[in-house]
Amino acid sequence: MLGLIADVSYWTQSLLRVFGGIVAILLPAGTIVYVFLFKMMSFMQSRLGPMEAGPFGSLQLFAEVGKWLQKEDLYPERADRFIFKMAPLIVLSSTFLLVAVVPFGPDAWFTNFEAGVFYALAVSSVSVLGILIAGWASANKYSLLGGLRAAGQLIAYELPMVLAVVGVVIQAGTMNLQQIVVAQNTGSIFGWAGLGNPYILTQCVGFVIFMIAVQAELTQAPFDMPIAESELVSGYMTEYSGFRFLIFFIGEFATAGVFAFIASVLFLGGWGVPFSWFGWTSIDSIDNWMNVVGPLIMFTKMMLLVFVIMWVRFSYPRFREDQLQRFAWKSLIPLSLVNIMATSVLKVAF
Amino acid sequence: MTMLGDRQQLAYIASQAADARVNVELETEGMTLNIGPQHPATHGTLRIIARLDGEQVVWAEPSCGYMHRGYEKLAEVRTFPQVTALVNRIDWLGSFANEVPFILAAEELMGIEAPPRAQWIRTILFELSRIANVSLFLGDLGVQLGAITPVFFAFRDREYVLNLIEGATGGRFHPNFDRIGGLKDDLPAGFIDETRVVMRKMRKFCDEIEGLLFGNEIFEARTRGIGVIPRDLALQYGLSGANLRGSGVDWDLRRDQKLPMAWDKVDWKVWTHPDGDSYARCWIRLQEVRESTLIVEKLLDSLPSGPVMAKVPRIIKVPEGEAWVSTENPLGEMGYYVVSKGELGPFRVKIRSASFNNISIVPWLLKGVYVPDIITILASLYFILGDIDR
Amino acid sequence: MAKVPGLLKGLGVTLGTMVETITKGANTVQYPHEKETPPIRSRGVIALHEGNCTSCMLCARSCPDWCIYIEGHKELAPPRRAGGKPRQVNKLDRFDIDYALCMYCGICVEVCPFDALFWSPEYEYSEPRIADLLHDKAKLGEWMETVPEAPELEAGAEKKSKK
Repeated sequence: MLGLIADVSYWTQSLLRVFGGIVAILLPAGTIVYVFLFKMMSFMQSRLGPMEAGPFGSLQLFAEVGKWLQKEDLYPERADRFIFKMAPLIVLSSTFLLVAVVPFGPDAWFTNFEAGVFYALAVSSVSVLGILIAGWASANKYSLLGGLRAAGQLIAYELPMVLAVVGVVIQAGTMNLQQIVVAQNTGSIFGWAGLGNPYILTQCVGFVIFMIAVQAELTQAPFDMPIAESELVSGYMTEYSGFRFLIFFIGEFATAGVFAFIASVLFLGGWGVPFSWFGWTSIDSIDNWMNVVGPLIMFTKMMLLVFVIMWVRFSYPRFREDQLQRFAWKSLIPLSLVNIMATSVLKVAF
Repeated sequence: MTMLGDRQQLAYIASQAADARVNVELETEGMTLNIGPQHPATHGTLRIIARLDGEQVVWAEPSCGYMHRGYEKLAEVRTFPQVTALVNRIDWLGSFANEVPFILAAEELMGIEAPPRAQWIRTILFELSRIANVSLFLGDLGVQLGAITPVFFAFRDREYVLNLIEGATGGRFHPNFDRIGGLKDDLPAGFIDETRVVMRKMRKFCDEIEGLLFGNEIFEARTRGIGVIPRDLALQYGLSGANLRGSGVDWDLRRDQKLPMAWDKVDWKVWTHPDGDSYARCWIRLQEVRESTLIVEKLLDSLPSGPVMAKVPRIIKVPEGEAWVSTENPLGEMGYYVVSKGELGPFRVKIRSASFNNISIVPWLLKGVYVPDIITILASLYFILGDIDR
Repeated sequence: MAKVPGLLKGLGVTLGTMVETITKGANTVQYPHEKETPPIRSRGVIALHEGNCTSCMLCARSCPDWCIYIEGHKELAPPRRAGGKPRQVNKLDRFDIDYALCMYCGICVEVCPFDALFWSPEYEYSEPRIADLLHDKAKLGEWMETVPEAPELEAGAEKKSKK
């Protein structure tokens, strides 16, 4: 899992990595579900949320998981069974692939390679496949409509997301996520290095576009057309029950967490604190305790971003899908192109 | 179409024309989608058969009757007090309002009139049930359009109104409080003060809903220009209530009709909107909840004292004759045509419920819209299944 | 004043509600732990005062869905005064209400000429089996203890209500 354990054998390393990945997926997902879906949503609707399972309902998620595991694994008679069963796994695997490149500390990373941004954006679109085949294999008209809407929407919002990230890449001069973190924390604002230079300041347009695109990629309201429980019942998830629905459900919130991780790496300075605070000069001179504090900082930033995502989700009605496409192609993409142009001009100028 | 703004009229015509062109150029096999009878957007068991081309509706037809309970027939074998208990269940969200026109029709046949205090209390409870009914619509509107929060606000604040109704009548949903010649009982002590507090809460609820939904740009994008009902078409299809007033027709039975009720004793405003689209219909309902809270407060100010029951025999036999009385219920015009042959119960009752007429325009409205707009239009027409199927 | 964009206003409403819920508490009543008292007039369950019932069958006949079952017989009671004739009284053998059918309309309570039926706000009498909702006169008599006094009337009301 860590750069720290480079000495142990390959198989031990791999095992540790898998274990770390599961923790990095499930811990944020569980926290998000409890804190935001159960509690914050309830408070925003002036109710209490689950209160019976454990103190303040904190064990509710385990109760839910237990319930889902007990349920029968149903599939429609005319469903394409193999594909139908595979679809949730594809969606979840996309999340696991995504977390592999996220750095949590100077040495706390799963893998650290040069084209990290490129890889992250590429594997994030794997989930589209899962959703599309889930919709198709269900042999249900609502699922089909939901799956097709999801495909259209996810592909449309992939583009502004990529273009928003390009600004960051231009400014950092690298596609390595670890180096982007370092570049933000060693930077300075007009010569003042007290805060580093988190790209949310210079790339604020890019940040807003990225977060909107994340909202759409996660199919959260106001972009929840593919699920749209009041019209398509539950879109591509209509026919799923029990364990497979659980995977979709966990996948949705785990992906929210992972996208928030990536957003905090790209725009909020990731795991780092400004290096000038402790007199560090480069990544090699960082003290070892950052490998413990770094993940905590990441977690805090992730919770902040997910709070915004969920806040918007609980407040807004949803778009119609033609409005949604128009918004992506006519507003977000031109805006992000302008943002790229401005960034490159300024990069050359300074 | 004269009442539509120029911009909206042009947009509407252009969209219909564009849809027609697309349909001719890209004729495909299409798909028949059954929305309902079990579907979250149909408030019960309405079934909409929609033939789709992609996501566009080519043809749609509502199919009702899945919850038909035969109230007109049931009423023929029951006595007048028993029928009052039955008609409570037609529009289950505003049940007290269902009793009033039936009781008024029976009173008209018997030639008696309820004492003034009873008229006042009837009107107050009528408006309370309107508030309870329409506030739930305002919350449910959010759910139909994908915002989950408003419906919890609606349930939270409707509870106060239901508590008032329960405190006065004993029943939260089915008051059965009206009697021929007056009311079962007077108001309990403390009702007036409590009602004033609740009316302020309901106005705060309206402000919250306005902030959360009506000012929201996404909500406007979803409802403005969607499901436009031109004025003359609304009249032709026999729409009533907010659906008619949303098309710019200034018609409200509470004001336009002389009934032994207290509406004409206080000042209030009938809201209309010229646009005729989904937004207009929803906006009018929001304003009507506000207006109803004001009506209730004004009626409480001028509540006369006296008995709540006229002199009626203990065993009620309604003399031979026919009567038609309709009132402006939360969903629209609701009327009863009561035929009596001098027996204990009515010989025949014809129930004119608002929702049945209001959804008759659905096939016309749904032509050429997208699947999400089906939900918007159905939500904005606001029907209750019990009121369609009776 | 510049108009606040509706999108921000909506976020403000939900955030405001969240702060309000956290600081002032939610509107939720945690039912099994805390209970709301229903209003006095609340129609929870019908209680029977057996001594008043003369098994006249008026309630059973006026019930819209015929959920009241009454059986009775006549018997001779000892005379009131010594040396008088024995009186004939109606004895109630069976008085069942099927709460699975009852619509809670209250017509039976109203038509009863001898004040034998009362509304009680009691509501916790659910049963696992639907057939168990048929309650006999012993059970209905137990509920008499929960029947409250009729509430005070609002100012301006004319006469005291009967029930």
